[in-house]
Amino acid sequence: MDKVPGRIELFLGYAKIGLLGFGGVGPWSRHVIVEERKWLSERDYAEVLGLGQILPGPNVGNASVMIGRRFHGLAGSLLATSGLYIGPLCILVILSILYELYGTRPGVAPFMQGVAAAAAGMVIGTAIKMGQNLRPPPELILVGLLAVAGAAFLRLPLPLIVVVLAPLGIWLSLRRSWQRAP
Amino acid sequence: MTLLLQILLAFGTLSLLAIGGANAVLPEMHRLVVEVHGWMDDATFSQLFALAQAAPGPNILAASVMGWHIAGPAGMAMATIGMLLPAAILAYGMQGLTHRLRGNTWLKPAQFGLVPLAVGLIAGSGVIMAQAAGTNLLSFVIIGVSTVFVWRTKYSPLWVLAGGGALGLLLL
Repeated sequence: MDKVPGRIELFLGYAKIGLLGFGGVGPWSRHVIVEERKWLSERDYAEVLGLGQILPGPNVGNASVMIGRRFHGLAGSLLATSGLYIGPLCILVILSILYELYGTRPGVAPFMQGVAAAAAGMVIGTAIKMGQNLRPPPELILVGLLAVAGAAFLRLPLPLIVVVLAPLGIWLSLRRSWQRAP
Repeated sequence: MTLLLQILLAFGTLSLLAIGGANAVLPEMHRLVVEVHGWMDDATFSQLFALAQAAPGPNILAASVMGWHIAGPAGMAMATIGMLLPAAILAYGMQGLTHRLRGNTWLKPAQFGLVPLAVGLIAGSGVIMAQAAGTNLLSFVIIGVSTVFVWRTKYSPLWVLAGGGALGLLLL
């Protein structure tokens, strides 16, 4: 049974998600909401997250708006969202100041170069992992590869890529579902 | 003032395009911030993004760090508001729509049709970051090891970020 969180609990829960979310908040969001605090069932949470995924913006951030509204209306949305972002923003302010102060010191640039290279690999690895877990049919893999080519090699503007490939992907996916269940 | 407004507009536009989150919008962020406005160079862009990755929280906050770099605290505020508000308003409205659309059989396959776009754009951002960060053999080794580590294991990506930094410090 879902436990409806109070307003303060909603804020604190999301503050925890934001502060623990090194390398991405996705895993922590599910852990806190579903396992630790039992605000939502696994299924409910996955549905909210899926919706957050198709909207622009970070899926966990969108989910915080929707989950907040579900429990406490507009106030809930504001509390959940500010909880999620406030801790990381404070840390980023400190990091930005340090970068401005010491960014030109010897040693900082090579360190950040190494981190940047690792971050590039992290993003590529995440994409491969997601593709592997989601197991899309061949025609949708092709849409994904077209997106890679358009963004990384042709350097097309994102709106153009979205306007062309989003309807194509939706149409191909719907066509497949109609073929499966006529 | 004009600069702050430009920042707000640039990241506000990005906000509405960010289907798939920060990584999906990275190519467009790069295009706007580096190529269109010339607010920073390639190396700074990838270092600032890495800085945001090293901190906890949603990766979309890379926008906040860039805002700070462009125009200090006010720039950070504008970039953060621009990046978060439009998408949040959409999500708020979507929560109201959910109940009306629930039960339609076309909804889930239609949603899944957007997944390859989102994942493809994430991969595309990774390639762009690799193009910017891959300046010598060692950085390509770091990129390769990090890719395989994140792809094949379930350990926190923080390990490769720290490891990449340490290797860079020692060898680059």
